[in-house]
Amino acid sequence: MYPRPFEYVAPKTLDEALAALDQTEGAKVISGGMSLLGLMKLRLLSPGTLIDIGRIPELDQIEDRDDHIAIGALVTHGMTASHALTTEHATALAQAASWTGDVQVRNRGTTCGSLAHADTAADQPAGAIACGAVMVARSVGGDREIAAADFFVDALTSALEPNEILVELRIPKEGGRSAYDKLGRRGGHSDYAVAGAAAWVRSDNGTVADARIGLTGVGTAPSLAAGATEAIIGSDGSAEAIAAAAERAVEGVTVLEDLYGSEEYKTHLAKVYVARALEQALALARS
Amino acid sequence: MTSTISPTTTTSALGGVVHRKEDPALIQGHGKYTDDIKFTGEVAAAFTRSPFAHATINSIDTDAARAMPGVHAVYTIEDVRHLGTLLAQVPVGALRPLLADGVVKHVGEAVAMVVADNRYLAQDAADAVSVDYDPLEAVIDLKDALSDRVKVHDSLDSNLLISWVGPFGAEPEDQQKVKADIDAAKEGDDVVTVSQEMLNQRLIPVAIEPRAVVADYNPGYGSMTVFSSSQIPHALAGAIGKTLGLLSNQVRVVAPEVGGGFGAKLNVYSDEILVSWASMQLGHPVRWTETRREAAHSTVQGRGWVATATIVGTKDGEILGYQLEGIADMGAYTQNFTVAIPFLGLFVGSGQYKMPTWWKIDCVTTHTNTTDAYRGAGRPEAAYYLERIIDMYAREIGMDPAEVRKKNYIPNDQFPGAVSPVGFAMDTGDYGTNLDALIATSDYAGLRAEQKKAREEGRYLGIGLSSYVEVCGFAPAGLAELGFSWSTYGLPAAFSGSGLVRVNPDGTATVQIGTGPSGQGHETTWAQIVSDRLAIPVEHVKVRHGDTGDSPMGIGTFGSRSAAVDGSATYEASQRVRAKAAKMAAHLLEASEEDVVFANGGAHVAGSPDSSVTWAQIAEIAYMPHKLPEGMEGGLEASVVFNPSNATWPFGAHLAVVEVDAETGNVDLLRYITVDDCGNVINPMIVDGQVHGGIAQGVGQALFEEALYDETGNLLTGTLIDYPLPTAADLPTFELSRTVTPTDINPMGVKGIGEAGTIGSAQTVVNAVVDALAPLGVKHVDMPLRPRRVWQAIQEAKG
Repeated sequence: MYPRPFEYVAPKTLDEALAALDQTEGAKVISGGMSLLGLMKLRLLSPGTLIDIGRIPELDQIEDRDDHIAIGALVTHGMTASHALTTEHATALAQAASWTGDVQVRNRGTTCGSLAHADTAADQPAGAIACGAVMVARSVGGDREIAAADFFVDALTSALEPNEILVELRIPKEGGRSAYDKLGRRGGHSDYAVAGAAAWVRSDNGTVADARIGLTGVGTAPSLAAGATEAIIGSDGSAEAIAAAAERAVEGVTVLEDLYGSEEYKTHLAKVYVARALEQALALARS
Repeated sequence: MTSTISPTTTTSALGGVVHRKEDPALIQGHGKYTDDIKFTGEVAAAFTRSPFAHATINSIDTDAARAMPGVHAVYTIEDVRHLGTLLAQVPVGALRPLLADGVVKHVGEAVAMVVADNRYLAQDAADAVSVDYDPLEAVIDLKDALSDRVKVHDSLDSNLLISWVGPFGAEPEDQQKVKADIDAAKEGDDVVTVSQEMLNQRLIPVAIEPRAVVADYNPGYGSMTVFSSSQIPHALAGAIGKTLGLLSNQVRVVAPEVGGGFGAKLNVYSDEILVSWASMQLGHPVRWTETRREAAHSTVQGRGWVATATIVGTKDGEILGYQLEGIADMGAYTQNFTVAIPFLGLFVGSGQYKMPTWWKIDCVTTHTNTTDAYRGAGRPEAAYYLERIIDMYAREIGMDPAEVRKKNYIPNDQFPGAVSPVGFAMDTGDYGTNLDALIATSDYAGLRAEQKKAREEGRYLGIGLSSYVEVCGFAPAGLAELGFSWSTYGLPAAFSGSGLVRVNPDGTATVQIGTGPSGQGHETTWAQIVSDRLAIPVEHVKVRHGDTGDSPMGIGTFGSRSAAVDGSATYEASQRVRAKAAKMAAHLLEASEEDVVFANGGAHVAGSPDSSVTWAQIAEIAYMPHKLPEGMEGGLEASVVFNPSNATWPFGAHLAVVEVDAETGNVDLLRYITVDDCGNVINPMIVDGQVHGGIAQGVGQALFEEALYDETGNLLTGTLIDYPLPTAADLPTFELSRTVTPTDINPMGVKGIGEAGTIGSAQTVVNAVVDALAPLGVKHVDMPLRPRRVWQAIQEAKG
């Protein structure tokens, strides 16, 4: 596979990278390259310049910052999957990262890169939505915070402006527990998702005090299952309450039909996985 | 004949686990593949390919491409029409023009070739070639193609290229009588007829090393040297010579390390001819390596049948007749074996069974990429239909599928030489013992009990069975008279094998073979054969392969033929060297030739191991003929052409256990258990490896893979994102064992094993899934059993 010609720069600092991105028409940011290079090799995408942020120090950390954890732009899927902070405070995201690609991909690709790519079939966006993540988009003009639920705009389209880099993902420490489950294209959890869901719940004396549910592979973009979320909040988290919430899984979502499922099947799977993710999150919350 | 469950390890050279001699180099990255072999001054080719499945080419504007920096040439059909079409071994249908000639017939067809300083520039220039197309209606669906509503080739009378009808060799009226008799049986009292149309979907062969070729023409020597990732270097050399007007000894083709072939590299391709020709034009070595997307669009695909299988039988499991009628997709152009692939299915059309069989497959051309051999090549398709419908019949009459199979096997007293209902004489077989071994080793009764318990718990556990018989090591050479001849490529060889064995002056041995491995382990297996005959240690036997410049003629590595055919030639060549060396050893030992025994790296007198000579001592006099007795010829070398009297007919039985999530349609393959029988085994580890890979590809077809075209002929699954392959992580640990029923048609008693795993496995998995869902009323699901299909089948069964 042979991409069209492109310029390549590898800045040493984030400021240099932001300046280069701001000043270069048609530039793209690259970190792990797991999504971008495939498109370039197929010549579906031909950026004039690649700005490689891979050599910028300190972006590869997961930090504990009192009321939230911060996942840097260069943190790999593998690190997100296994780090003590993510497995504790962002279980759904960590689980999603553990089922992203294969070992080689997880050691190379980055969580922020996957989020910025905004693929509806990728696992981690739903995890980010459920965990209430906030995206920190930085440009030469400063920082902009975007809620995960607002970040995924359309097919392979995020809310990032052309001159912005997703430098950090912040997950609030809200208590509660989260879980992710999916059906992979090769069955089980293998490969991109046909469909999946992530759920975060916080229970208070047997009542679901707060919740968020994210969907994978159902709409054109990863999205919040607003109806299901609304339905489970305030419920007792019983099997009946889960079933009632799952029934509203695709409310407000335009269901995408693709090679892996009809609209009817994807709608059905959305319900199944909303229920399964809720069951698992509630089980964790109870334990 | 006897069949026994064999242990998987023994210690003798023949039959022992010898670790693959080739692996240290391959694993450590020292293996040299075509793309690793560089020439000074080489340039790169790229192709402009059609985005349409069917379109008239009004004009091709190459000016912009030619003007780009680093571009050496841009070629269209006008430049190469005089070379003729691509050659094919069975030239039924329309042969492929070297570049599209006025009309494109499938998406991905090469329209122009660019040669530039490097592959990147070449691709840029290929994109700059401007082609003006008038799109035409394409015919993709097989039934639509058979109707001739839209014709693929104006030059042909019909899209129907040929029909393969069985019983083979019978007169048409006798074939019709077989069909009519089976039809009549359906009208009988107390019989059950089961019929099902099934898809055996098209597949994209995916070798880990894509196809690659580099050609270097030296005008001074008049020599053409080509490295290609090919399963058939001799045929490629012949085709290049014939097409470009070179003598056979002017062309040297080397297939160096080849990273998988699976039948897709059992073809001569237009790109191989074109880069060779371009090298003559440009005075540069020219290279082309396909991309994955090109591999999906222009390297041959496999399978692609839709057919209806019908069984009529009694309510107590006696099958009275089997019919298969359907269509096979040939794609747009006929290449090497294209139309012959379904014929290979006919060989095993009645499987291991004795019931009357009528069989008809129509080969139709469509506006899609060419189909040809893919691991199993016709035989997995044939086995799939037969073994699926037997399961449906067993379910219909409420009998255990293992019992039904056993009841209808060809009995042992017919072997060797049983003639199958579709008209082929088979070598050896013992099917009942083989299935009994699977029943025992899998604890079949225990599995059924486990299934009963799971069903009580509301879980959908399924057990699938399949028998299979394979035909491989195609022979005899007389097949050439039926039109299956390598003479198209200038090869004298029909379906025979060759091997050259030489003992070197230092007492080591070198083997030169006309075939080469693409993962099969020739370097180890052939060393074991020679070691077994000559008692030279395996590590002192070097196997050279794949170079037409220094090997005897060989037709290639395919059809599970190498060990049985070329291996037998090497065995016989070793015997000749041994006979010659025995005379020399007798001279040195002052003993009688009959008393010479070969062991431990040399020869000794029978009963007197101390009276011995080493191979180096024997070789010393062999290569110093003045030390030989008067009249004895020097040298220690023999070359043999082996002409087997028949193909070999391996067989086996497979069992899969699956659990289906009825809520999502997800299939979990829990266990996979096999008892294969490939006769005597040279290296159990290599045989197990072949079975592993074969099962993986069969499971891939059953669960994941599909070359899916839309109605306009676009390939929707042209990248590995949309064409999921099974990985080790998706598969359970295979549980393998064997029965051993040696063949009587070659000296080692070996049959083929390269394709067996694939031939036995797809239907085993589908049978298991359908068995799991039987309580829900599901009777059939077409492959691949992606969750959406399984879920849909469950919904339909629920009504």
